[in-house]
Formats: sequence, C-alpha cells, structure tokens
Amino acid sequence: MTAFWQDPITFLRLWLEGLLLSWGVPASWVLVIRFAVGALLLATAALLLVILQLWLERKLIGRIQDRLGPNRVGPWGLLQPIADVLKIFTKEHITPAGADRVPFNLAPVLSVAAALMVWAVIPFSATVMGADLNVGILYLLAVGALGELAIILAGWGSNNKYALLGALRTVAQLISYSVPMTLSALVPVMFSGSLHLNVITQAQEVWFVVLAPVPALIFLTASVAEVGRAPFDLPEAESELVAGYSVEYSGLKFGFFYVAEFLKAFTVSLIFAVLFLGGWRGPGAEAYPVLGFVYLMLKSGAVYLLMILFRGTLPRFRIDQVMDLNWKVFTPLALILLMVIALADYFLRGTFPFVRVLGLLGINGLAYVVLDRLLSSRERLRRRPVAQPVRPVARPENLITSSDAGGQA
Amino acid sequence: MSALQWVFIIASLITVGAAVMMVASHRMMHAALWLAVALLGVAVIFVTLEASFFAVVQLLVYIGAILILIVFAIMLTQRSTEAGSRLNSLAWGAAGVAGVIWTALTYVFIRWVVSGTPMQELGASFDDVVLLGKALVDAEGFAVPFEVASVLLLAALIGAVYIAFERKGEGS
Repeated sequence: MTAFWQDPITFLRLWLEGLLLSWGVPASWVLVIRFAVGALLLATAALLLVILQLWLERKLIGRIQDRLGPNRVGPWGLLQPIADVLKIFTKEHITPAGADRVPFNLAPVLSVAAALMVWAVIPFSATVMGADLNVGILYLLAVGALGELAIILAGWGSNNKYALLGALRTVAQLISYSVPMTLSALVPVMFSGSLHLNVITQAQEVWFVVLAPVPALIFLTASVAEVGRAPFDLPEAESELVAGYSVEYSGLKFGFFYVAEFLKAFTVSLIFAVLFLGGWRGPGAEAYPVLGFVYLMLKSGAVYLLMILFRGTLPRFRIDQVMDLNWKVFTPLALILLMVIALADYFLRGTFPFVRVLGLLGINGLAYVVLDRLLSSRERLRRRPVAQPVRPVARPENLITSSDAGGQA
Repeated sequence: MSALQWVFIIASLITVGAAVMMVASHRMMHAALWLAVALLGVAVIFVTLEASFFAVVQLLVYIGAILILIVFAIMLTQRSTEAGSRLNSLAWGAAGVAGVIWTALTYVFIRWVVSGTPMQELGASFDDVVLLGKALVDAEGFAVPFEVASVLLLAALIGAVYIAFERKGEGS
C-alpha cells in the first residue's frame, strides 16, 4: 500500500473503500459512493479554483493596463472575489417577460455542468483519474456540444433579439472552431495510438508540443476561440451585441455564466497541458504521483497565464475575420499537417528518437514558413491601395506631409 | 438489485419519459429539448453497457450536430414560438406506422439468437475502438460502405456550397 505522502488521493480512496466494505456495503454500491464522493470533491475544487482565477486575472490585467487591480479587500485584494461572490448571491433574479422559463433557467446550469464534465476524464496524476475512459479525447469534444446547447437555450429562452443574435453568432463560432481543434487534437492521438488521455500522457517522453508545434498552436488558438475569450470574445462584444446571450441574466444566473467562462478557460489550459505539454509527467512523478499533480497544475497555470496575456494585449477580431481565419487558414492547415505528420512519423518512427524529433520539427517549421509566405502575399494583394480620394488639406505645400493625396503620406 | 441495474432503470425511465414528452409537447422548441434529454438517456444506457465509444459518439453526433441543426431549423420556422395543437392531421397515421415498426423490431430482437445469451464482462484489455477502427478500413470489413458514406457526405457538402454560392453577374 502506498504511503499517504506519495499519493494522498489514492490513499484516501482505498481507506474509504475499506471502511465501506467493512460496514457491509455491497461492492457495486461502494463503487457508486466512491464516484459520487469523487465527483462532488472534484467539482467543488474546480469551482473554488475559479475564485482564485478571478483574482489573478483582474490583478494581472490591472498591471497590464497600468492599474493596481483589486487592492482593498484583504491582503493584495485576495478577498475581493469572495466579496463579489457574496454580493452576487444577494442580487435579485429577474425573469424577462415572455421568457421561455425552462430553457432560461436550465441554460446557466448546463453551461457550468458542461465545463465541469470535462474534469471527469483528466488524468491529474499517474494514478488519479475520475473516469477511466478509453475514448477520453472524443469525450472532451462531445461535452463541448453541451456547452453549445446551453448557449442556444440561453439565447432562445431570453426572448431578446440581442441575446438570440449573440447566441447564434457564438454557436457559429464554436462549431467552426471545433473543426481545426479536433483535427489538431488528432495529432497527439496519432503519436500515442490511443484516445485514452492517460496513455497519451504516458506516451510523451518528448512533449508533443516539440514534435508538433504548429498543431499545438492551432489547438491553443482554437481553444481560446472555443471558450470565447479575447481576442475571440465576440460572444459578449459589449459594443455590438450589448452582452450577447447573457444579456437578460441577472444575479446568480449571470454568475453561473461568468463562472463557466473562467472555468472553461482553465479547463482548456488543462486539456492543452495534457495533450501537448506532457500532462503530469516530470521528474519523480511516477514514484510520487502527488508531484505529477503539481506539475500538471504548473503547466496548465502557465498556459492560463498566456491566455490572460492574450486577453490583456490583443484587440477583438471582427466576425468576418474570425471566420476567415478559421476556414481559410486553420482548417486547411490542420488537414494538410495531419496527413503530412502521419506520413512523416510513419517513416521516422523506426529511426533514432533524435532524428524523429528533428524531422518532425523541420516539417513543422517548413509548414509554418510556407503558411507565413502565403498569408503575407495574400495580405499584400488585399491591402494594395487602388485609389484614394483627394482630401482637401489646409496647406498642401507642407513639406513633411507632402503626398499627392494630401494629408499624411 | 445491483447499483448498475438501478442506473439502467432510472436512465431508461427518463429516456422513455422524455420521448413521450417530446411527442406530446405543445411547442416545437420544447420538443427539441425533450429530444435532447432522450438522446442523453440513450447515451447513459450505452455507458451502462460499457460501450463508451458509442456513448460519446451519441453525444457528439446527435446532440452536438443533429440536435443543434434541428434547433436552428426550428428557429427559422415561422410559428416556432407559438403553442400549437398537440396533434396534427397525420398524427394517428404516424403513430400507427411507428407502432408497426416497433412491433416488428421487438419481434426480430426476441427471435435473434444473441438476445438469449447472458452478457459477459469484458476484460480490461478489450479495446472496442481499435476493433472498430480496423473494421472501418479493412476491405473484408466495412471499407466500402464507409467510403460510400463519405462520398455521400461530400456530395451533400458540395450541394450546400452550390446553393449558398453567390453567383456573380446575376445581381439580386
């Protein structure tokens, strides 16, 4: 039996099972109780993590924007999110007139549930995994569909045209971006030969982000779009859609959507860490599974910080740019890379690991360079000025701004 | 009874109940939502049979693609928000056809040899995904139907693009 400090979760699980069996509970019910307790603990932990995330995100975005961020409640403003949560509990629930009540009330719950369901199959360490599912990756993609359904329900149930428009636009974005996301998630599947997330983690002697950097980049960008964060935050573009699908929600129901958004952001970081950054792998993680948990959290925390940086620094895309990027760049690129990497890996697998890594890196680099050339030539074609109207300028003879069209050259 | 049997009973009751509610609901949107519940119930039943691949595909294809398509179609129809009558003129005919099909399927399943054999526990090494994947590309297996289905989907895609294509010159 493993010691407590090596693998606390497994230790507690075995202790609970032993206790229940000694009480005379049938084995099948022990399994049910074990899964129920595990799900409850995991969901609570995930939702508590959001409180920390809220603080971190506000603080970091504050620094990026040359502000202090929350700094009044508690040390460094650490208690600010707790105060916010308490405030949102006391707010009034408003149901708009003509709302379809069941979808309207179901949507926030389903939204959080869809984000939490992903956590069931994540391998948190070498031994701890909610559900030992042999089709883990497919499950991740399938659960995303429930999130889409929640958004449609919210938009439809609100009886508000902005909400409906926002929901349609969001679902269009989510469905579109799940195509390159799925295609690039197939690359780790191909490398490891399994859909099981723990097998994929174990197969990463070399992190897959090294073997396939371009699919990893596509996956990261597509998952940022999939959770609707900046620069893909069109679902709640305040300036065009008021607040998108969540416009009619108030109080805790809005809080649910808010929590779901943050939870999804961390969840996709977690998925990225599992698929491309080696998951729980690290020095000593096999012998001391609790270390693996620390590694996984550090890796996904790093990805999450990257996403906060995206949010703090990049302006929002227009809807046509979002679709353009997806269908004309990411999807063809992911398809081509999938086939090229499959062929290359088939031939390189027999050689030395070093040669394989270098070969795959070279192919990815080549793909990136070709893509960059194509894109920049297309941009040049598009941006070529054809004609400019002559603008009246106060002093056309100005030497600094001398141009035929007038004004700034 | 074991816990698994309870899970099966609850899931199948929810599935059948949701299916009935889907047929009986006044609004089209509610019918679509009840369909979602029924499909989820079927996914749970797949899970109890240890067919996790089919459970996930059920979720991915039926809820992720088909149901969302149905919801979009309902949003585009004219009277989607009104509470209509429960029965339209074809309801009894449809019920009759469905009843006949149900009876025939039940008869076939009862007569089927497999239905009599007791279920066996699958070993931990059994990997249905690998078997399925091999069957789909094996010439002895389902390679030809698989390719034909792909061609069908491709034709549908091209058709959709053709319909949606903006013809230049024909100003609208």
